[in-house]
Amino acid sequence: MSRTGVFICHCGTNIAAVVDIAKVVEKAKSMPNVVYVEDNKYTCSEPGQQAIKDAIVKHKLDRIVIGSCSPRMHEPTFRKMLASTEINPYMLEIANLREQCSWVHTDREKATDKAIDLVRMAVAKVAKNHALFTSSIPVTKRALVVGGGIAGIQAALDIADAGYPVTLVEREPSLGGKMVMLDKTFPTMDCSACICTPKMVDAGQHPNITVMTSCEVEKVSGYIGNFEVTIRQKATYVDHSVCTGCGICELKCPSKVTSEFEQGMAQRRAIYKPFPQAVPAKPVIDAANCRKLNGKAKCGICQTQCPQGCINFEDEDKLITNTYGAIVIATGYELIDWKSIYGEYGGGQYPDVINGLQFERLVNASGPTEGHILRPSDGKEPKSVVIVKCVGSRDPNKGKGYCSRACCMYAAKHAHQVLEKIDNAQCYVFYIDVRTAGKAYEEFYTRTLEDGAIYVRGRVSKIYEEDGKLICKGEDTLSGQTVSVAADMVVLETAMVPAAGVEKVATLMTISRDNDNWLQEAHPKLRPVETHTAGVFLAGVCQGPKDIPDTVAQASASAAKVCGIFSKAELQTNPMISKVDIEKCSGCGDCAGICPYKAISMQDMEFIEHGKKITRRVSTVNSGLCQGCGACVAGCRPGAIDLLGFTNAQILEEVDALCL
Amino acid sequence: MVERNLTEAIAKNKANIDAIQAKSGVDLKECYQCGKCSAGCSMAAGMDLKPREVVRYLQLGLWDDVLKSNSPWICASCHTCVARCPHNVDIPSLMEAVRQEAKRQGIVPVKEVDVFTNVFIDSVKKNGKLHDLMLTGMYNMKSGHLMQDAWAGAPMLKSGKVGLRPHTVKDKEAVRRLIKNSLKRGESK
Amino acid sequence: MKYSYYPGCSLSSTGLEYGLSTRYVAKKIGMELHEIPDWNCCGATAAHSMNHDLALALPARNLALVEKQGLGLEIAIPCAACYSRMKYAIQAARSSEKERQKIEEIIEMPYEAKNDAICLLEAFAREDAQAAVKEKIVKSLNGLKVASYYGCLLVRPAGVTQFDDNENPQSMDNLMTLIGAKPVNWAFKTECCGASHQVDAPKVARPLIYNILRNAKANGAEAIVTACPLCMMNLDMREFEFNKAKKEFDIPVYYFTELLGMAMGADPKELGMEKHFTPAVARIKEAFKRPPEEEKPIKKAKAKVEEVKEEEKPKEAIDNE
Repeated sequence: MSRTGVFICHCGTNIAAVVDIAKVVEKAKSMPNVVYVEDNKYTCSEPGQQAIKDAIVKHKLDRIVIGSCSPRMHEPTFRKMLASTEINPYMLEIANLREQCSWVHTDREKATDKAIDLVRMAVAKVAKNHALFTSSIPVTKRALVVGGGIAGIQAALDIADAGYPVTLVEREPSLGGKMVMLDKTFPTMDCSACICTPKMVDAGQHPNITVMTSCEVEKVSGYIGNFEVTIRQKATYVDHSVCTGCGICELKCPSKVTSEFEQGMAQRRAIYKPFPQAVPAKPVIDAANCRKLNGKAKCGICQTQCPQGCINFEDEDKLITNTYGAIVIATGYELIDWKSIYGEYGGGQYPDVINGLQFERLVNASGPTEGHILRPSDGKEPKSVVIVKCVGSRDPNKGKGYCSRACCMYAAKHAHQVLEKIDNAQCYVFYIDVRTAGKAYEEFYTRTLEDGAIYVRGRVSKIYEEDGKLICKGEDTLSGQTVSVAADMVVLETAMVPAAGVEKVATLMTISRDNDNWLQEAHPKLRPVETHTAGVFLAGVCQGPKDIPDTVAQASASAAKVCGIFSKAELQTNPMISKVDIEKCSGCGDCAGICPYKAISMQDMEFIEHGKKITRRVSTVNSGLCQGCGACVAGCRPGAIDLLGFTNAQILEEVDALCL
Repeated sequence: MVERNLTEAIAKNKANIDAIQAKSGVDLKECYQCGKCSAGCSMAAGMDLKPREVVRYLQLGLWDDVLKSNSPWICASCHTCVARCPHNVDIPSLMEAVRQEAKRQGIVPVKEVDVFTNVFIDSVKKNGKLHDLMLTGMYNMKSGHLMQDAWAGAPMLKSGKVGLRPHTVKDKEAVRRLIKNSLKRGESK
Repeated sequence: MKYSYYPGCSLSSTGLEYGLSTRYVAKKIGMELHEIPDWNCCGATAAHSMNHDLALALPARNLALVEKQGLGLEIAIPCAACYSRMKYAIQAARSSEKERQKIEEIIEMPYEAKNDAICLLEAFAREDAQAAVKEKIVKSLNGLKVASYYGCLLVRPAGVTQFDDNENPQSMDNLMTLIGAKPVNWAFKTECCGASHQVDAPKVARPLIYNILRNAKANGAEAIVTACPLCMMNLDMREFEFNKAKKEFDIPVYYFTELLGMAMGADPKELGMEKHFTPAVARIKEAFKRPPEEEKPIKKAKAKVEEVKEEEKPKEAIDNE
């Protein structure tokens, strides 16, 4: 006979206000195997825990049931407490009397009845519990960071500074991401490139960091501590081990291509560095536009001119595989394609209606206009500039429902820059709300108002060209007047959306995405940089729109998480995983197909049957990979698999306790 | 301007406002007052409450103001507002519902629009098809704008664009019954 | 190219030319238009102001007649207002069985909402019609700059009409390109003309016409093309009125079918083109006499402006071999 102790928690008044605790205690006393019952005001508190420990000794308990809050909240707390007693930490069941009872019901009598049922089920289940023991797996102390923007760079630097090797993978030819395109950063107005490029160089030169540009993650298998990752090194046609970055090839290349880095407002060559401060400071060939590689001409000028002889037109993609203990995803964002959804703003037919990143390049000293704000259409200085916020943000009908968070501040920055750089300029900012939740942000916005920016509360309804002016029609909802501004240039502050290809990354790492494709953190408040895949962390905008300070903070947080894993020689595994009864296994392999974590594989094993040695295929579970989801249990036709901690026997006991 | 007592307004008019939401299919809570509707509205210049304000007044329970407003009568139902609205708020439908309710209560802020509607339907009731000459003639008479567009009469008669004799449907009775049936249902609601 | 045909009241009155030119062009290209027997007024633009059910029932009787006609064809509707009302009625009848039965009760006829309705412009924008039009063209408009005006109801609400883009539609522009005209890129393609408010609220509505004409003029239009008798009358008649006060606009307004007819060699009188307020015949005759436009591959009506500018001042000198 087992000896079960039951402990009912009041949780202050959280449970006690709705559930009649005395009645639950009374009923629990007559439940099978229960030898001791008590209630506590706060079971999770120090005295509450001590009371359980004392009861275990005094009443010789060998398993316990706690009726309290959700096991998601305090199961780890109570397991830890049990670890210091004679009882195995897994001889514990929690009846969720708070989230699943008192918080969701108002009828005291019915809630009490339900609480009694929940306790009875837990008591029945715990009778079938077995002691479980964690095992340990070794950790490969090398991290992979996917995405070489400021988030990825910061995470890589922090991990590398802690002494662990890091591979930093970036699909573009240079590190830097979006931040290096920006001109100034709010609210301090320090030069974005000036603070970003040193970090890029640090990453590029750090002895613990391997920078892999023009690379993409191709395949991921394994588990926390031991991810096996295959990376595709795209053909660059330039041997970077020899190239000195002298730049002659770029000067000589005859093929001009629209520059992605300059947001379509300047040109680059087919062999190019995206921008002068690129890391690595070495060019690549864009095969689609290279006359030799796309077969349009013989060309090959770069090859004949290169003093190092590092141009190799025969270059091919390479696959590189390595093992990593943890992964940080920092794939960032791009701006929404407003042209296809905002016909009322001209749908892209007016060259002087630009987006925020284009403005950043226009105002940037190293940009196509050398920092002079000039209209893309005719190169003239605009005297009247309209800034439109929330284009594609907060617009579930046409764009995205969410707020992109950074735009209010960079719109204020853009307005400030217009007024600072252009004499006698006028700047109108159409807004719905001004959100300045950040240190020194409100002050920055106020300064922009003092600069003379005219804030108009309303969404622009239409932008069209008439007599050389861009007519912007809106309503100033504060005065109730419909208004129009004849502008020379319009800047649309467009929504952030996840970078193209994020679905692939999410699928590779089996992490979930929200409705807008942002990568899903494990808990919005308490586990903001973790994912539901152990060992994979998020940094920066891939998790949701945010500005640079928040991105960098999150990057460092994810680096801390990675270092936490690496600080241990071995990792404890969760013992609540699937277990195969190889005697019953028919070897059909359905479970291997069902398993979302690729944790089940088929193996040939030798058996003695009727005195003869035979070989049979059976499934085995990798304890490092198994997440204990139970899908294989449901899918196993011979009933050969059980989920430890949730065995079929345990569940049936619960059902019987409730229904019989 | 007088101070408006919102506690009172919302309590008093909740039923009316719920009814107008149900009838128009518009959820007033969806609107966050960006004003894109007003800004794009071709008729806004003549409205005493701009489209955004109509929604705002209803959000605040200021039902009587909306009922007396000329805006639902002036709305041309061009649907520019809802096409551009971030929350798909069907303002034309809201305007239509308010207008019909106002009319039911005998509130007619823009007489001309009402007269036009009535003589139009009269013409259809009589002939099954629209008779432009009758429409214009009756409209001018009943609205009191006797000479409106009179200059166009002669050339249009001459070009045959308007005729003295109406085009008619053969089965006039069917159209009449249809109109009667529709209006009867409207009353019973 | 076979359709049931609902001409609507205007096409035998204020929109006489639209009716004449539609018949002319349809016959030329072999488009069969089977007029609905004993159709009635659709109730636009008044019924929906008065009563929701009436606004559905008036068009629904016509739709029921189409089913009685039994040809099983789509219904082509030249007038944008009629088109809109029909689409609403079809959508309502299809939205629920209850709604459909209600309509049947009111119109006292069986109605199953089987047939779809399209606007006449859509019928002509389809590939088969375009190909047929192309074959029948005998004259080119030689680069006549036209502003295609779609108005509201052809393209809005998008969920009801499901036709073309509601900010920058292209179907009429493409037809104009086909007959040698040059569609201008302008911003008022789908702005409202005020509809019947030109009659019952002229003070508010008149500026809408003025603004449409002004933007057409600012973008160099020599003509405006429409696909709705109400838009047409509002633009044509009010332009004439504006010009009486001050000669400001010289932009005749046409139905797209008139211009197609002219390009197919029609006599303006066959199309009723002399009936416009703002004289319209001379402009087309003059266009026919212009030197032909250079044969260029037909581009999409004003393709999106390439935003990439040639770099004016390359940063490094390029010695291109």
